[in-house]
Amino acid sequence: MLKIDNLHARIDGKSILNGISLDINPGEVHAIMGPNGSGKSTLASVIAGKEDYEIRQGKIIFEKEEISELSADERAHKGLFLSFQYPVEIPGVTVTNFIKTSLNESRKAKGLEEMPANKMLQLIKEKSEMLEIDRKFLSRSLNEGFSGGEKKRNEIFQMAMLEPKLAILDETDSGLDIDALKVVANGVNKLKSSENATLLITHYQRLLDYIVPDFVHVLIDGKIVKSGNKDLALDLEKNGYDWIKKEVAKQ
Amino acid sequence: MSKYTEDDLREELKTKEYEYGFYTDIDSETFPVGLNESIIRAISKKKNEPKWMTDWRLDAFKIWKKMEEPNWANVSYKKPDFQAISYYSAPNSKPKYNSLDEVDPELLDTFKKLGISLDEQKKLAGVAMDVVVDSVSVATTFKKTLLEKGIIFMSISEAIKQHPDLVKKYMGSVIPKTDNYYAALNSAVFSDGSFCYIPKGVRCPMELSTYFRINQAGTGQFERTLVIAEEGSYVSYLEGCTAPSRNENQLHAAVVELIALKDAEIKYSTVQNWYPGNDKGVGGVFNFVTKRGICEENAKISWTQVETGSAITWKYPSCILKGDNSIGEFYSIAVTNNHQQADTGTKMIHLGNNTKSTIISKGVSAGKSQNSYRGLVQVSSRAKNARNFSQCDSLLMGNKCGAHTFPYIEVKNKSAQIEHEATTSKIGEDQIFYCNQRGIETEKAIALIVNGFSKDVLNKLPMEFAVEAQKLLEISLEGSVG
Repeated sequence: MLKIDNLHARIDGKSILNGISLDINPGEVHAIMGPNGSGKSTLASVIAGKEDYEIRQGKIIFEKEEISELSADERAHKGLFLSFQYPVEIPGVTVTNFIKTSLNESRKAKGLEEMPANKMLQLIKEKSEMLEIDRKFLSRSLNEGFSGGEKKRNEIFQMAMLEPKLAILDETDSGLDIDALKVVANGVNKLKSSENATLLITHYQRLLDYIVPDFVHVLIDGKIVKSGNKDLALDLEKNGYDWIKKEVAKQ
Repeated sequence: MSKYTEDDLREELKTKEYEYGFYTDIDSETFPVGLNESIIRAISKKKNEPKWMTDWRLDAFKIWKKMEEPNWANVSYKKPDFQAISYYSAPNSKPKYNSLDEVDPELLDTFKKLGISLDEQKKLAGVAMDVVVDSVSVATTFKKTLLEKGIIFMSISEAIKQHPDLVKKYMGSVIPKTDNYYAALNSAVFSDGSFCYIPKGVRCPMELSTYFRINQAGTGQFERTLVIAEEGSYVSYLEGCTAPSRNENQLHAAVVELIALKDAEIKYSTVQNWYPGNDKGVGGVFNFVTKRGICEENAKISWTQVETGSAITWKYPSCILKGDNSIGEFYSIAVTNNHQQADTGTKMIHLGNNTKSTIISKGVSAGKSQNSYRGLVQVSSRAKNARNFSQCDSLLMGNKCGAHTFPYIEVKNKSAQIEHEATTSKIGEDQIFYCNQRGIETEKAIALIVNGFSKDVLNKLPMEFAVEAQKLLEISLEGSVG
């Protein structure tokens, strides 16, 4: 589904990603872990198409198509979703209005008619119930005055509405207490299928207790230095990143 | 990937032509340019006005000659040459039509381009329209239904003839001839406009609506509107404006007077999209408008405006809260782009006890435009327990435009409660990226963000107008800035 090949990217002349290769197949959950400043969020932004970054080298292939020349909205239309670490506020635009616009824009790009209002409402009802979202929440301005947990839950709600092929969850666990974390993780698990894939980006092993990855990759200095299964995450939790750094230095 | 920068967006916006930039070739009668007593007499004669009206105009002209054009506003422009303007232009097809079939087909075509074909309008939600093209009322619909309720809705020229007592009593009572330079000019040369009278206790069953449009080259448009709501009555009045694109600057100096008697309520909504000039700042309408209403006891006046057009806007719809417990409201969205300059706001004059006013102003600036809010809240020494809440928010796009706020507060009574809030924000790249990531392209994202920003004001507009206003916001900012 997603194939990243030797990706190099920089911002303001500073090199952040230094040759990343990654293969994600349908039905898989991958986790990328790494210390602060290792390039985790940059990787998410570059895949999603944030224009501040300059791709120096390498390819991003999504569903057999090279997407690095596509704009962020075009990538979204192809089924790529990024759950933001810090979702932005858009005052005066309700959650409902926003997701309606988002969904219809994606439909338009695929040559489909706008979704009829009653169908839209039904879908919203279904997804918000699945994620245990209070309906009142849907008529509030997007992310304005939302708590950390509400913001993240709203991201997962949008994900549920848009049904992406690949969802990248950037630090979805940050700022969440354990109850909120469980709700969010539960939502992500419900949305998993053999058709879609998930890329988790996280600092801590904690999230991986709830969303169990098939593969764990360690990112240091813009490179994946080690890959393994979920046990690798437990190792990191116990021993930190230093031992890997040493191992890399030896090579 | 090719980076879509603010510059690209700005470039795209520059090439965005004024949507209503077409010119209708209607056979019309235009007066020679210039302004003197005989021109004023000629206007008055052309309109078969009674002597008192001619004298009123001449008096205003004398006052105007002694006045100077104001220059305190935060706008800069070449002052119009008032002797180079033709002060009267009327479509030649007279007399008035009994049915639409008789109307000049080109004119109907104009309406169609504006998306306000009378035909459609007639069916639509019971909107009665008094269409003013180049200063003369061309068609009035729904008159009969209104007449049954005793509501008078007609052109001001007709009202001068048919209801001289009402006109004499109220015209100039809120905005005297001496009020300001443009109001004096308007009083001397006003070409036409609308007159509306709601009798005691009557709730006007439909939105009353006028559509102004400047058509002829080099003509000024001087509208005069007078709305009188008798005791306990209610009316909602809509005013929309467009002008075809032209290279000369066209002058528009309207006067609108609202009179809300005891327990009456007037809602006055405007959507203004006069031609703003091109991307070099050439052409466009100069809009110098005086709008003011007076509230007697328990009366309420709400001004709602969506201003997206004009090269220069100078406009302060105001309320004089004379009666006790009266309420004044001002809701405004002003969008400026390219080289547009807007200096707009309101005045709330609290004279009565327990008077309340609310001001919500939203300014959106893009391109090289300048957008100023100027507002006055005045509480007289006699006004006990006056309350005002003002909120002025500015949204900037790009870094070549400006947003300014000039709030003036003059309070002479200690019991007054005045609140003022102001914010300035910029559409952030992170907001755009967030929308992009959810499949919403940049233009649409900007429209969404601006609509959200303006929601408090859009919500105050009557339904059919709100939809139009939303579209207008989108058009005027299409591809503006990321």
